[in-house]
Amino acid sequence: MQRLILSKKNQITLASGVLIVIGFFSKWFLNNTDLFLKTLIVASILGIVPIAIQAYQALRVKVVSIDVLVTIAVTGAFFIRNFEESAIVTFLFLFGAFLEQRTLNKTRSAIKELTEMAPESALKQMENGEFEEVEVDEVDVGDILLVKTGAKVPVDGTVLSGEGYINEASITGESVPAGKEKDSKVFAGTILENGTIQIVADRVGEDTTFGKIIELVEEAQDSKSEAERFIDRFSKYYTPAVLVLSFIVWVFSRDIELAITILVLGCPGALVIGVPVSNVAGIGNGARHGVLLKGSEVIHDFSRTDTIIFDKTGTLTVGSPAVSETKLYTDKADQALGYLASIERESDHPLAKAVLEEIGETTFSPVENTEVVKGGGITANVNGHRVAVGNIAVMEKENVELSEEAKADAARLEKDGNSLVLTAVDGRLKVMMGVRDRIRAGVRKDLQRLKALGIKNLVMLSGDNQGTVDIVSRELGLTEAHGNMLPEDKAEYVRKLKEKKRIVAFVGDGVNDSPSLALADIGIAMGGGTDVAIETSDVVLMNSDFSRLPHALGLTKATARNMRQNIFIAVGVVLFLLASVFFSEWMNMSIGMLVHEGSILVVILNGMRLLRYRFRK
Amino acid sequence: MNIIRKEIITVKAATIQLETLACPSCMQKIEGAIRSLDGIQEDTIKVLFNSSKVKLNFDEDKVSVDEIENAITKMGYEVIKTKVK
Repeated sequence: MQRLILSKKNQITLASGVLIVIGFFSKWFLNNTDLFLKTLIVASILGIVPIAIQAYQALRVKVVSIDVLVTIAVTGAFFIRNFEESAIVTFLFLFGAFLEQRTLNKTRSAIKELTEMAPESALKQMENGEFEEVEVDEVDVGDILLVKTGAKVPVDGTVLSGEGYINEASITGESVPAGKEKDSKVFAGTILENGTIQIVADRVGEDTTFGKIIELVEEAQDSKSEAERFIDRFSKYYTPAVLVLSFIVWVFSRDIELAITILVLGCPGALVIGVPVSNVAGIGNGARHGVLLKGSEVIHDFSRTDTIIFDKTGTLTVGSPAVSETKLYTDKADQALGYLASIERESDHPLAKAVLEEIGETTFSPVENTEVVKGGGITANVNGHRVAVGNIAVMEKENVELSEEAKADAARLEKDGNSLVLTAVDGRLKVMMGVRDRIRAGVRKDLQRLKALGIKNLVMLSGDNQGTVDIVSRELGLTEAHGNMLPEDKAEYVRKLKEKKRIVAFVGDGVNDSPSLALADIGIAMGGGTDVAIETSDVVLMNSDFSRLPHALGLTKATARNMRQNIFIAVGVVLFLLASVFFSEWMNMSIGMLVHEGSILVVILNGMRLLRYRFRK
Repeated sequence: MNIIRKEIITVKAATIQLETLACPSCMQKIEGAIRSLDGIQEDTIKVLFNSSKVKLNFDEDKVSVDEIENAITKMGYEVIKTKVK
């Protein structure tokens, strides 16, 4: 019975609203006071039933909820025969709750979009070898699944057969489809844009990367900051306190009207909902833009950050070296480059990869008698020529003479932080390449944006030598840069800054920097959706996208500001209402309830603005 | 052998999806309702307001999922789906 009434709350609200309109219509236009009173009495009784049920349920589990205050107030109004008040207050309370639910759904929409991307069904290979559609919950690790064009990958798995292009935007934020073939890893929640693949399930349900992201976001939006926990404790005692206050007022003044008015005016409404609303909207905005924020504590701390420390390799730089400059000392460069590529093709040295990428299309020749030279190089016979590849030491060993021009080039490239790859054919130097790590595209601008957002110190820490570190630092306009640092040195540096009362954020790739990530006030992982990054840090930038950082910082600042506004509105409204009941003539229960419900909608709408937040470039 | 069988842990983790929660005081009510049951590990109860979920660990020997769902429905909140692990 109770459940039936509660499930019909919206209809009851509508009926009570219609009755009130009829009542006032008959009073003002038909001059029928009798009908007016009767409709309002019915509206009051109708409206108070669901509220009273909620109040009763709350009291049974020892909670003095707002429903309790309203029920007592309306019952009081009813007994002093103020039916106008009792009817309007119940209607406003119910209607307010209805609007609250509708608008709240809006603030949660960003996260709902995310959870709705979760796969629901899968084509699973049954014992007879046929594929049948089953619910995703029924898939176990080791099952073989078929994914067709346009379908969602149901679990994290490995491709067994077939090829295709997968849109992995839900995991990495990257919308350019990634090619997949046998042995490629695929992720739950991503979409196969073309092709057909069979996969074996490695991780299912909440253990998948997508499942973890959803769980993280869901828990984040309900995690509470110190301020919120305070408000929670506060409202636990606040509501009973209002009850006591109104009772005291009644004892001393013997004015029931005044006592029950205080009950309504004292409702904490906007205070309870204001902060969570900003929180959920802010985290939702982040989730949509590739920034995972782990809760409101993180938002609060990050918004106050004054120092950001960056790891160099993989964070400010791409992490994979590339050829920055090629010098040729021959007219027949194609031949020499072909020999170089042929040799490097057989090496797994990181520099070799960069060299091959730089040369691109070329004619490969068979390589014989390959020898690795200690100290950084290779010698081999290609097409009957003796070819040496390596640094200057290797050239000296091979008795290759360097011209003055070549020596000057080598010195200049090394000074700019390059590693050298020299190529000699038959004892004569043909090619010199400078290889170095590239700075990520757009990092310089993003760092300036961080400064504009109020970050005072931009610091880089790196295991690289000080020379390279200084070059990158100058290029990016950092405040400080330190090289030759081991992970424990970095952590020590973070500790020292914290002792100086700086609020420190550390940006790293989440694996080797984990001590610093954990120690900093805010650990920011550049994670391409890896589990370690997601679990150890406070903020995750999806797809390792550095340009999300200014958005993340701007968003936390906007969210923290939004929370303060909402607390101010909520507290202001209660103080204003309580003051006006004592110092003004016009305040009554209905107006009080109207202002309360209005303020609740105002804080929700204010929170919703965060959903549209964009970083202004 | 019998002794060993008794020691098998019967604690399970449940995730209960509810209809959309609208008022923060709902959380206190739902938590209170679940707390009043026997066999619930009280400090594992988490009511997630925004995702409208309840997470908790319970002892399968002392309380059933149905009883937990019932306690919540009696408070007036519809249970949509329950997952037990």
